[in-house]
Amino acid sequence: MEQAIDEITEIANGFGLDFYTMRYEICPADILYTFGAYGMPTRFTHWSFGKQFHKMKLQYDIGLSKIYELVINSNPCYAFLLNTNSLIQNKLIIAHVLAHCDFFKNNIYFSKTRKDMVESMAATAERIADYEIRYGKQQVEEFLDAVLAVQEHVDPSIVRDIKPSADAFETQHPRKSEYDDLWKLDQRTVTGQQSIEMHKKHPVQQEKDLLLFILENSRNLKEWQSDILTMLREEMLYFWPQLETKIMNEGWASYWHQKILRKMDLSPSETIEFAKLNANVLQPSKTSINPYYLGVKMYEDIERKQDLLAKKAAELGDRAMTGREKIFEAREIENDTSFIRNYLSNDLIKSEDLYVFQKQDNMYKVSNQEAESIRSQLINMRVNGGFPYIVVEDGDYMRNGELYLVHRYEETELDLPYLEHVLPFIHQLWGRIVHLETVLENKPLIFSYDGHKVFRRTK
Amino acid sequence: MEENEKSRFVVTEENWSLHRKGHQDQQRHLDKIKEVLQSNLPDLISEENIILSNGKNVVKIPIRSLDEFKIRYNHDKSKHVGQGTGDSKIGDVVAQGEQQKGQQGTGKEAGDQPGQDIYETEVTVEEIEEMLFKELELPNLEQKEQSATTIEDIDFTDIRKKGLIGNLDKKRTLLSAIKRNAMEGKAEIAPILEDDLRFKTWNPVEKHQSKAVVLAMMDTSGSMGKFEKYMARSFFFWMTKFLRTKYETVDIEFIAHHTEAKVVTEEIFFNKGESGGTKCSSAYEKALYLIKESYPPASYNIYPVHFSDGENMTSDNRKCLEYVEELLRISNMFGYAEVNEHRRMSTLMSAYKSIEHPKFNYYILQKNRDVYFALKKFFEKRTEGFR
Repeated sequence: MEQAIDEITEIANGFGLDFYTMRYEICPADILYTFGAYGMPTRFTHWSFGKQFHKMKLQYDIGLSKIYELVINSNPCYAFLLNTNSLIQNKLIIAHVLAHCDFFKNNIYFSKTRKDMVESMAATAERIADYEIRYGKQQVEEFLDAVLAVQEHVDPSIVRDIKPSADAFETQHPRKSEYDDLWKLDQRTVTGQQSIEMHKKHPVQQEKDLLLFILENSRNLKEWQSDILTMLREEMLYFWPQLETKIMNEGWASYWHQKILRKMDLSPSETIEFAKLNANVLQPSKTSINPYYLGVKMYEDIERKQDLLAKKAAELGDRAMTGREKIFEAREIENDTSFIRNYLSNDLIKSEDLYVFQKQDNMYKVSNQEAESIRSQLINMRVNGGFPYIVVEDGDYMRNGELYLVHRYEETELDLPYLEHVLPFIHQLWGRIVHLETVLENKPLIFSYDGHKVFRRTK
Repeated sequence: MEENEKSRFVVTEENWSLHRKGHQDQQRHLDKIKEVLQSNLPDLISEENIILSNGKNVVKIPIRSLDEFKIRYNHDKSKHVGQGTGDSKIGDVVAQGEQQKGQQGTGKEAGDQPGQDIYETEVTVEEIEEMLFKELELPNLEQKEQSATTIEDIDFTDIRKKGLIGNLDKKRTLLSAIKRNAMEGKAEIAPILEDDLRFKTWNPVEKHQSKAVVLAMMDTSGSMGKFEKYMARSFFFWMTKFLRTKYETVDIEFIAHHTEAKVVTEEIFFNKGESGGTKCSSAYEKALYLIKESYPPASYNIYPVHFSDGENMTSDNRKCLEYVEELLRISNMFGYAEVNEHRRMSTLMSAYKSIEHPKFNYYILQKNRDVYFALKKFFEKRTEGFR
């Protein structure tokens, strides 16, 4: 094994992959699935992780999924290998995770993620466990249920925007960094005289970060609750880039495990097993997009086209980027939406036979094969990590401290039964009436929850 | 652990056997399922799967409330992107609607859209029984004199120093030897003296056999539809099961009536519809006759329960009241369950409202889940005395 890792690492280095120091941990299946379910070995406890774990373990036990890779965006980078894997399975996984690690280290969207999250999450888990002892398991669990229901509604761009320009600060954006606004809640009153003159809408601009807004403005949170909310938001911000780069990241890792393993000296039986495994991972699906497969195809397409360009340029005595350089550039500066917009070419869509499908008479049917629609549909699915885009419109609605949220509707309706279950959770966090405006059948519709019942009304 | 300086990596294999987090949270999840089951008991009780499963003991029950709710897109109304094998055309069917629903995370990455995540859990009828019967109690329990059939049983309840060597209690014998030796200052087991020997000894037990009979009466007049019958069926299903936990033998007699009453089989009772008017007194008369003939109150606990929609001939009401009084004298509990979706005031109900007797219970069922509340009403826990 050590020898194999050595060889793989050397080849990866030779290709120019740039990764952190690796720590490989070999562990049994139930541990690996535990980590998979929690997203991190040290994460806090919650029944939903237990449910996920159970599901994954079940699939493993009945032999549905044997190969599973888990790699953590941290420095040093942790990767977990299953102790029952064959050597060739582990070789594939090692090559795969090295490329993931390269992606974590070099993609711009990951540049602000904390690299000490393993330890930080352990501390979070410890604190939550401590709150359980102090305030009761039930209390803490109920609170976690509520936060987890809306945890995706954060604004990752705040983290990236470490320092907005000085005048932006004066005029609208009263925060400097995520930490400032946690503690200096009174900043807003200083931002201008407007607030004295008349009732001003709050927030001044629509706020994407629901968790942060609740954290700053809810009158309902106890100190320990604010603390948990802060920590969970931090964890979501850490995971966020992974949600935004699924196709790119998996595609990158798969592209490289293929390249690396083809350079290795494999025995014939290993070669066959590798081919099987690889085909499994890269299996396209009729009803969804396999990010591993599409990602690989896109990198290959970019590389091939760029090489052609470079060749032409060379003929003219000029020099252009090589295909390899081009994909390294893409992995540095793109995320899924921009990657698709910039690089999913019409001929690739055609040769890969992509299509848009939707439900018609209880059957899912292919409804569109135009490149432009496919591209925009794919982007739509990846925008905001695939979650509906919700903003806070007013935190003092009806001048009664009610929370008014708006779903920025773009062609796709919300799952209403689910929404009606989530509103009470938001109400629990906010402590007052909560409204959410969305669009149903092209008409605006407002859902409200007053602590007892969900109401619907048209605008 | 081995450090590899040159290629910057470490391989470790720790002992993970104490890492139980996943299992603990899984247990918490299972506990939560149980809580949900408990709180959904009214719905579970009237679950058709269970009532009709009879022989089969495990039922699959979809639980929605254990979903992790999020604000998410409506899967059915959104467009998705898929990938064909090279020859797809507009209009090709890529999946059937229903299949999509049952899909529970197949494969590793279930694409971008979460499949409908209905959590299906398996519950055994026993589990539901356990939860339900915990909440019920037999009212007006009387010790019936009849004790002709007693069962002889033996129960090992005592320890003595003398006994048959086959009944030697080895553990206690060793313990007393150790104790005695310790008192003599030796930390040893040997020697074991005769005085150390301990024997298990039995006592004979006498158990009285208890019997109960349920007189299931149902109105089968034209006005009793499928729903009304199903309610009665669920009710009797659980009632019989419950009584079986309390009595050694529970008989059930089915009396169907319109203007006349007949003793029928279970099959006919629940399935056959008849038409015509309603005379409830006929059923009570039949019940009294059955009791007289085959279920002497001296040896039987008697539970007459009558299901009707309440549309009785007004002229018959007086007779009904008389018979009910008579039944009340010899029964442990008389239950009148009226299936009445719209809660109108029925003729029979207006007559029964005046009855005030601790053994008389009535309940008006409007929807499926009321079966549970009817059961609770009739077999209410009143250990603290009457309310």
